[in-house]
Amino acid sequence: MPGVVWLIVLFVVPFYAVISVAMGDIDPIFLKPQPEWNPLAWDPSAFGAVFGDLFGGQLGKIALRTIGYVAAASLLCVAIGYPVAYFVARRVEKHKALWLLALLAPFWINYLMRMLAWVNLLSPDGWVNKAIALFGFPEQNWLSGRAIVVILGLVYGYIPYFILPLYAALDRIDTQVIEAAKDLGASPRQAFLRVTAPMSKQGVLAGLVIIMLPMFGDYYTPNLLSGSPRTRMIGNQIDQFINQTTSQGGQGAALTLVLMAFVAILMVYYLVNISRVTQQARE
Amino acid sequence: MTIKSRLANPWGKPRFLRIATLIYIAWSLIPVLIAIQFSFNAGRSRSTWQGFSLRWYLYDAGSVLRDDSLLLALIQSLRLAALTMLVAAPIGIALAIGLARWRGRGVKAASFLMLIPLVTPEIVMGVALFLVFANLYDFVTFGTWAQFLGHVTFSISFVVIIVRGRLFAIGRDYEEAAMDLGASPFEAMRRVLLPMLAPAIVASFAIVFALSIDDFVISQFLAGGASSITIPVRLYSGARLAPPPSLNALATLLLVTTMLAVGSAGWATRRYNRRDGGSESAVRAVANFEI
Repeated sequence: MPGVVWLIVLFVVPFYAVISVAMGDIDPIFLKPQPEWNPLAWDPSAFGAVFGDLFGGQLGKIALRTIGYVAAASLLCVAIGYPVAYFVARRVEKHKALWLLALLAPFWINYLMRMLAWVNLLSPDGWVNKAIALFGFPEQNWLSGRAIVVILGLVYGYIPYFILPLYAALDRIDTQVIEAAKDLGASPRQAFLRVTAPMSKQGVLAGLVIIMLPMFGDYYTPNLLSGSPRTRMIGNQIDQFINQTTSQGGQGAALTLVLMAFVAILMVYYLVNISRVTQQARE
Repeated sequence: MTIKSRLANPWGKPRFLRIATLIYIAWSLIPVLIAIQFSFNAGRSRSTWQGFSLRWYLYDAGSVLRDDSLLLALIQSLRLAALTMLVAAPIGIALAIGLARWRGRGVKAASFLMLIPLVTPEIVMGVALFLVFANLYDFVTFGTWAQFLGHVTFSISFVVIIVRGRLFAIGRDYEEAAMDLGASPFEAMRRVLLPMLAPAIVASFAIVFALSIDDFVISQFLAGGASSITIPVRLYSGARLAPPPSLNALATLLLVTTMLAVGSAGWATRRYNRRDGGSESAVRAVANFEI
């Protein structure tokens, strides 16, 4: 199967390359990272630098900020996304396909285009400043280092990916189960809290994992909506190590591995979930 | 439901939920619609409407057609997506059939390996591919070739998921019937299985095209110089520099292309659903591609 060969050559081997670069050292003449392919000669000093900076250095602040932003954006996604998914999955009677189409549309609008749309609206002469001017507020410079703008940008960017799996989970719940709860004397509120909500828990978790994985590695949203060191996230740091400097590739590789280890639990949860769904489809 | 019980239970009031959902949909789509609208602005502003014009698509020196950096991004995106589609879809289809039909050592490991790219954060894959092309496969130059290899790598898994879903739905009975009637396994695959898979195959090609043309992270990490800037990378680098509406025009062209690709995938899936007597709509079909 050529597909397996492809994945080994271009997916497994590249991972080994990340480890080798992280464990290698710097070429003293060209200041280029020198990968160490032999595991026996691995030198973890790049990890030392990364961990030193993580606990007590600038990188630690960036990591905490990343966790804070992702947590805030994820909570907002649940708060906004749950009612929307619930309504379209369980309350819409007519034109359900049309509602679903509206929820799906953002999927296929390029992420960068959606950010560009907000850069337009938030720019100094944009509509947001025009709107607040109507109420007498002074013009604001929204696009320079505002945490709230970055968090809302993350919500705007990733919420469709949260809503869809939750929608699927809510849509799967058999109406008869809820009817049964009501027949047994549950009020609509009780039926929701004790039947629908627990049954949709898997959907909420799946949605959270799907959005948190890319959020932890995001660098373009803070760059486009703020561009300031005050809103720098882990992804920005990796982007800088790898794309913008040449001598810090080792640290970039080490930080990438640290990030991966950090989100590994999310990845495993997602993997188990996909495998289970596939298994069900096979049966 | 009485009025009293409606008041007692906010979840029971579809009106509140309906309004919340409508606000959400407006919030999610209107900024993009405004961005599209201003790609047709006659003036230079992206916030003051000065009349309809195709200036930023065709005429102006900075329009998509006249500004090389925009036109090259459009060409590069289309070329990369077409190339990726032609290679990733066949590889993924073969892998899906292989994983579903052959029993043997390695099948379990292979189907597990296939899932990992789906759950790997893009930046991790971007770093990994960047480092491997920089240090090990240094005969691959950054630019179109590196981007192409990267795009195929993340697309294969999506194709496998799409095709495998259809394979499970078909089952093995038809192939076995064909072989009972004297077909060789290869003939059974070619004359029975592949025609039945046709909708999933068409959908795979279209979805790979859409995934590739929409990709940003891998394209950026593996870009090499101005000739390999794709539309999303161009949007990223231009968005902060008070760009003229031609950037919106470029984004709009990308949107139309993606919608056409996804639309054809939905159309192909819907056709087979009709033929099988299913009532699943095309919208649902597209929804299924996402997980």
